[in-house]
Amino acid sequence: MKVAYFPGCSMHGTSREYGESLHAVAEPLGVELDEVRDWNCCGASSAHASSRMLAVALPARSLALAEAQGHEQLLAPCAACYNRLAGARHEIAEDAELAGHVKRILARPFENRVAVLNAVEVLRDLGETIKAKATSPLKGLKVACYYGCLLVRPAAVTRFDDPEDPSSMEAVVKACGAEPVAWRMRLECCGGGFSLSRKPSVVRLGRAILEDARKAGADAIAVACPMCHSNLDFRQKAMARDGEDKPPMPIVFITQVVGLALGIAPEKLGMQRHFVSTKRVTSRGNGEATAPAAEVG
Amino acid sequence: MARIGVFVCHCGENIGRTVDCHAVAEALGQVPGVAHAVDYKYMCSDPGQQLIKAAIAEKQLTGVVVAACSPHMHEKTFRRAASSAGLNPFTCEMANVREHCSWIHEDRASATAKAIDLSRMMVEKVKRNVPLSTIRIPVTRRALVIGGGIAGIQAALDIADGGAEVVLVEKAPSIGGHMSQLSETFPTLDCSQCILTPRMVEVYQHPRIRLMSWSEVESVEGYIGNFKVTIRKKARGVDEDKCNGCGACTRACPNKRIPSEFDCGLGKRPAIYVPFPQAVPNLPVVDRARCTLLIARSKGKKDACMKCVEACQRGAIDFEQKDRFVTEEVGAIVVATGYQLYEIGRDQGGRKDLHGYGEYGYGTIPDVIDGMQFERLASASGPTAGRILRPSDGREPRTIVFLQCVGSRDPAKGIEYCSKICCMYVAKHAMLYRHKENGGRAVVFYMDIRAAGKGYDEFTRRAIEEEGAEYVRGRVSRMYRDGDVIKVVGFDTLGGEPFGVDADMVVLATAMRPQPGIESLAQKLSVSYDRHGFINEAHPKLRPVETNTAGVFVAGACQAPRDIPDSVSMASATASKVLGLFSNEMLEREPTVARVDAAICAGCFHCERVCPYGAVTHMEVKDRQGNVLKVVADVNPGVCQGCGTCVATCPSKSVELQGFTDEQVWAQIQAFLG
Repeated sequence: MKVAYFPGCSMHGTSREYGESLHAVAEPLGVELDEVRDWNCCGASSAHASSRMLAVALPARSLALAEAQGHEQLLAPCAACYNRLAGARHEIAEDAELAGHVKRILARPFENRVAVLNAVEVLRDLGETIKAKATSPLKGLKVACYYGCLLVRPAAVTRFDDPEDPSSMEAVVKACGAEPVAWRMRLECCGGGFSLSRKPSVVRLGRAILEDARKAGADAIAVACPMCHSNLDFRQKAMARDGEDKPPMPIVFITQVVGLALGIAPEKLGMQRHFVSTKRVTSRGNGEATAPAAEVG
Repeated sequence: MARIGVFVCHCGENIGRTVDCHAVAEALGQVPGVAHAVDYKYMCSDPGQQLIKAAIAEKQLTGVVVAACSPHMHEKTFRRAASSAGLNPFTCEMANVREHCSWIHEDRASATAKAIDLSRMMVEKVKRNVPLSTIRIPVTRRALVIGGGIAGIQAALDIADGGAEVVLVEKAPSIGGHMSQLSETFPTLDCSQCILTPRMVEVYQHPRIRLMSWSEVESVEGYIGNFKVTIRKKARGVDEDKCNGCGACTRACPNKRIPSEFDCGLGKRPAIYVPFPQAVPNLPVVDRARCTLLIARSKGKKDACMKCVEACQRGAIDFEQKDRFVTEEVGAIVVATGYQLYEIGRDQGGRKDLHGYGEYGYGTIPDVIDGMQFERLASASGPTAGRILRPSDGREPRTIVFLQCVGSRDPAKGIEYCSKICCMYVAKHAMLYRHKENGGRAVVFYMDIRAAGKGYDEFTRRAIEEEGAEYVRGRVSRMYRDGDVIKVVGFDTLGGEPFGVDADMVVLATAMRPQPGIESLAQKLSVSYDRHGFINEAHPKLRPVETNTAGVFVAGACQAPRDIPDSVSMASATASKVLGLFSNEMLEREPTVARVDAAICAGCFHCERVCPYGAVTHMEVKDRQGNVLKVVADVNPGVCQGCGTCVATCPSKSVELQGFTDEQVWAQIQAFLG
């Protein structure tokens, strides 16, 4: 399958490892990523907080570019990019007047033909391929799948999974040979863009997520959103309660989990780029001993 | 030479506002063959009809065109008027200048021109109308009622009390339906079984009701007054004539750990069982999938258990029994198959658009139950003998949370309609719980309270104001088990803030859906159903218990979500319709049916393949010696609905729809173009 690829700001910046691991797994899974040439910011947070037209027109421009490149599907691995692109596509499809305005602003051909996909959806549909190619199935690894708020909502826009009781990340984790745990914070808010402006809120929300995952016996939390990742990974030290002595919780991207199962070297997946050591996870892949290695870093 | 009278109706302002009716009458007066044309304010009024009758007599009219509303409204009125003035009623027709013209146009000049066209076209048709006479068909004075819940029971009793015979078919081992599972009923809190079981016994003892439980309708042929129904009597494993219902077999069965359907999985039953003590008929049935002996036999092993056979003094257990088919001839059919509940977070029986509420943990948290399970807990005949206890540990819950609208009223979950009964039974549940558990907390999450009905609003108010139920307006986003309690996470939309409760038990008021298999039954009966599977009534206001197939009626929750009073009212209404039908010696029906010209029919039977009603049969054409010359198509006028599909299909143009011949339709088209 060949898709347009929309990296957004995070794949080149804060979540380089998400982009690296996505590229690393794409090839063996037979997904060809064709980056949208001259793509622009999806407008997440700032644009839709200030202007509806800007919030729709910004993603529409990238969709139009993907269309011009001859694509019918576009992969946006970042949950926020995905949400903005799919949301704009939906709004334009539903509102003819808005569509007219947007076309005028874009000043380029735009038929709103390109379907927007996220990484979880694509990996779920490749479940059988993953299973077949998993040379190092992650046996015994317990993963808490964390969807956050954007990946499956709003229901009318995302459509690929049940917005209140999703199952696609769990399906991917299972295809990797790992074991998804049953936990309850998988759709809760991580604090999103308030990481800098309201740090205490982010710490409080993130702590609840970490504690519940730990309680459910998870070895790691899998995410598919750079924002969730940075909040849970970067702020984890602050989230620990005073005097608490629990092993830190590795926060990994779902693509990294798949990569490990496919036997790809951890460095190629950017496993070394996290704040919290991912040793607990990497030690499962590559045929290493299943016992958790000593915590490093 | 045709002498047609044209009568243009103003319908007050309905037509007159947009159409210049006088101009229409004047224009029609110029059409060749029109002997008389007038306009009048209300043609359907008595003076209006007199106008028509007088004109028929004075002008010796041969046909009448009334340019007015839809023939659905007043065709009968005007045909009767024409008939009383001595015309064949089928030479009177209507041109629809209201629904098809004045109501949908604004420009007076063009609407008037269109009304003239429509009337002219009808004049050309009526010129070619031939006198027709109504078709008369015999009536079998016997009714089939499908479904033995409260609706079916009531319909069967009312029809039988009216003097006609009834065959009552129930697919479960006993009649009684969902009502037999309920504890108390709103808004009076009278015991459900106490008011239902006398009716069940009455059905059983009624000399004119033939009860067939553990049976299903296999196929339906025929038409109003003359249906032929094949019923599958499923193998019970018990000889109905020998069994006296002593219950020795059910006591002897060693496999007593099967979840009871009647108790919604909260109680257990043996592999040979009577669903509940007051079952009618009081005959056990063998669960073929769970009987140790039958399982062993199906694997080719020797008989593993004969306990029930040994226990039965009358030798009534019969494992060799097979499904039997019986054919019944009936004149009318009442569909009363009732409902099922939306299955939370589970497969909805082939409906891919219905799913959801996995976040409520039903099926994984044992103390999250549905409304019917709560009924069984609250029922004196239930698994806990009426004590409300948690399925997980048998403890008395101190806090119960009730969730309304689970499945209902949420297009995102696939069901947009209101299930109608939930507001009432949740109020009842909260009250019953508060009566039984002193100081227990009943918290109800609701969207709106819909309590329209006699004594209904008073009932919900009583729950809130006198019985101490806490009503929270809002939805629950998810629930999870935390130690011993269920954390209910919701939002109070009146308070405008998140609202959480620690519950010991949660009861979900799930949506009502039609019974599984309703679509295939509806197809057998040629009745239509909506996208949810509810049977469509013929008219939502004026023909609420008839279906679009003559002779088939509908009662209860298979038509839409219904409570008991509604179901009973509908059932009695169907009974009065059925008895009305049976009061006729012969049935009369419109002669607008297809007729085959046997002389030119080539016997290709394309018509038979396309007929949606199965009205086409084969007829042998013989010479005087009785030799078959050819086989041609023949249309059963009792079954034909006059849709005309066969006419359009026939390659040799040998089939014609009476009253709508090609010649007539062609003349209409020519009149329009010319």
